[in-house]
Amino acid sequence: MTILLLLAPISVGLALIGLGGFWWTVRAGQYEDPRGDAARILDDAHDSAP
Amino acid sequence: MSEATVGDLSAFIARDAGGLGRLELLVRGARCAACLGKIERGVAALPGVAASRFNLTTGKLTVTLAPGQGDPAAVQRAVEAMGYGASLFDPAQALAAEDRAGRELVLALGVAAFGAGNVMMFTVPAWAGLFGQELSPATREIMYWLAALVAAPCALFAGMPFFRSAWSALRRGKANMDVPISIGVLLTLAVSFSETLQHGAHAYFDAAVTLLFLLLIGRYLDHRLKAAARGAARDLLALQAPVAVRLDAAGREHGIPVGEVAVGDRLAVAPGDRIPVDAVIETGASEIDNALVSGETAPVQAGPGAAVQAGALNLSGRLVLRAIARSEDSTVAAIARLMEAGAQARGAYVRLADKAAALYVPVVHTLAAAAFVGGWALGLGPREALLRAAAVLIVTCPCALGLAVPAVQVAASSRLFRRGVLVKSGAALERLAEIDHVVFDKTGVLTEGRPRLLSYLPAVISAAAPLARASRHPLARALAERAGAGRVATDVVEVAGLGVEGLIDGRRARLGRAEFVGVSPSPGGESELWFGFDGATKVRLTFFDPVRPDAARAIADLRGLGLTVEILSGDLPAPVGRVAKAAGVTQWRAGLTPFDKSAAVTLLQGTGRKVLMVGDGLNDAAALALAHASMAPGTALDASQNAADLVFLNGDLAAVAQAIRVARAARARAMENFAFSALYNLVAAPAAVLGLVNPFVAAIAMSGSSLVVMLNALRMSWAGGPSR
Repeated sequence: MTILLLLAPISVGLALIGLGGFWWTVRAGQYEDPRGDAARILDDAHDSAP
Repeated sequence: MSEATVGDLSAFIARDAGGLGRLELLVRGARCAACLGKIERGVAALPGVAASRFNLTTGKLTVTLAPGQGDPAAVQRAVEAMGYGASLFDPAQALAAEDRAGRELVLALGVAAFGAGNVMMFTVPAWAGLFGQELSPATREIMYWLAALVAAPCALFAGMPFFRSAWSALRRGKANMDVPISIGVLLTLAVSFSETLQHGAHAYFDAAVTLLFLLLIGRYLDHRLKAAARGAARDLLALQAPVAVRLDAAGREHGIPVGEVAVGDRLAVAPGDRIPVDAVIETGASEIDNALVSGETAPVQAGPGAAVQAGALNLSGRLVLRAIARSEDSTVAAIARLMEAGAQARGAYVRLADKAAALYVPVVHTLAAAAFVGGWALGLGPREALLRAAAVLIVTCPCALGLAVPAVQVAASSRLFRRGVLVKSGAALERLAEIDHVVFDKTGVLTEGRPRLLSYLPAVISAAAPLARASRHPLARALAERAGAGRVATDVVEVAGLGVEGLIDGRRARLGRAEFVGVSPSPGGESELWFGFDGATKVRLTFFDPVRPDAARAIADLRGLGLTVEILSGDLPAPVGRVAKAAGVTQWRAGLTPFDKSAAVTLLQGTGRKVLMVGDGLNDAAALALAHASMAPGTALDASQNAADLVFLNGDLAAVAQAIRVARAARARAMENFAFSALYNLVAAPAAVLGLVNPFVAAIAMSGSSLVVMLNALRMSWAGGPSR
């Protein structure tokens, strides 16, 4: 059962990374314009040079 | 008023400390990816524009202007030249649009979701121990401590919206739904910690977080509904008349937000624009269309010295006005007061969920207290007694109750929105479901609000058409529309407020008011134009406001729903009677002032009727605010759209019956949800008192009941008949 002491922190840590990512997307305003973002990805002008 | 030619619009730019300007426009008609790139690149290429960003979801274009540069009018013209409609946002309104509360709720929801998901990892193995499987108490304790490590911070963070609201309610000496929720969450955490410390098996860390997660879903849905309605209502206002054209001492034109007009300002109003504030005409002559202000269909002649009201439409000549009231005071102070009274009456309306909470909270808390006191008295010991009380609070958590109404109302509103009906609040839907009497305004609601030619001598129409095509007057427009495309008269002179004169095949002809053409004016309520060649006989062309083709069917539809229908109009008896007959309404009254209308609505409600008012004019605004529920078409004046609960955007009267049907279906779904919650609590609460509930049962029961309520709400998507 000592393996728990290793696995539990790892799994919580991984989930925390996910939560941190979600936090960042909200702060960065990625949910402000879902339709516009879907359209932008198809627009060549927004591509960076290859 | 996008076509208005205005000089300086710098009042619409919000400058920051560094001098960078921010300008917001509402763009209409942009729907696709191509539009997005076209608008952004087109605007960014303008001189003085540093950057432009278009939000395709909200239709808002945000333009960053270089310090000291940039011309809002140029931006607006550029967007219009691309074929879209563009209106400027008042900077004060644009700032208010930022949605902080929504962002906070999303974060809380995300944290609660993380907590609810991860705490399961530790509590599910611990549950296995509850059913006699091999799990040593020491391992279970480790699991609970790990669960506490995840759950406690998550619950404290995700619970903040509830704690804050509960605290502010308690400080005012009141209790709301958030008080029992906060008590429940905090008590659950405390009991679980104490259980874990005493090596007990009954820790509810997962329940505390899951409860918040489910409640936050309901809270977030409710917020989305309100925010969407607020945003759409604000956009509609932005479309109306935010710009007034002020003349400075040198006679230069400056576009300013209507709210900034001061008493004594000189304002220019071009033909086709609305009068921004109550004012007196200084120079110029024109005809004024009061259809939205008083409901009169026939335009009124106005010259220097005449008073004009905010919201009236200037038809034929350019006017210079002197403002006699500010925008806030313009809409007749008495009407504004009546509207305020209506808003207060509505504020007192108790929503379904609050009625349910008022019943639920004392019952559950008494039961929990009784379980604690009774359990202790019957010899359970304080620890076991407290555990049972906590179990009662947890399994009867108001999750299902908190979701019951918002989930249904969000589904109902989005359904109505697809149908072109904008619902301003959930309470509006609840009130709409209760109505039993419908009052219609005539002009612009049952009728199209636009004149149409009544007399039809094809020879006369084609003779007068070349002159009509050269005029911007609405009656001439109606004539030209009837005649179709064709020649335009030459050498045309438009005399403001009188008519047009020009050459047709070399012969001089006039089209306009009776005295302009050389006939003595005849009294009567009808709208008319006279036409004649120089020296020839003059012909009279009468116009009427046609009844909407779907009016009769919409009213029959309402009768089918068991509602009584009535028309209250400010127009003359003859046209009102004609419309009532065409629409199939037997009960009608004409010649009413705005105060008569609101008094009639108040009187009806005094006798216990629940009235739905459907109106569009300023004369309806007070009645709209006072009625139990109200609807306005998207063409209505801003004051009326503000006062109305629902706005139907595509001017289709069938939307009224559709909205009522959906509102009734939504109430039925909400009632079913309450019935289910009551049934669930009736089983769960006694079980908790008897000690039959352990953390596993609590988790299953709680999320199961919420799921049932959500699924029932989704049935809303196909309620109220097929969507067309």
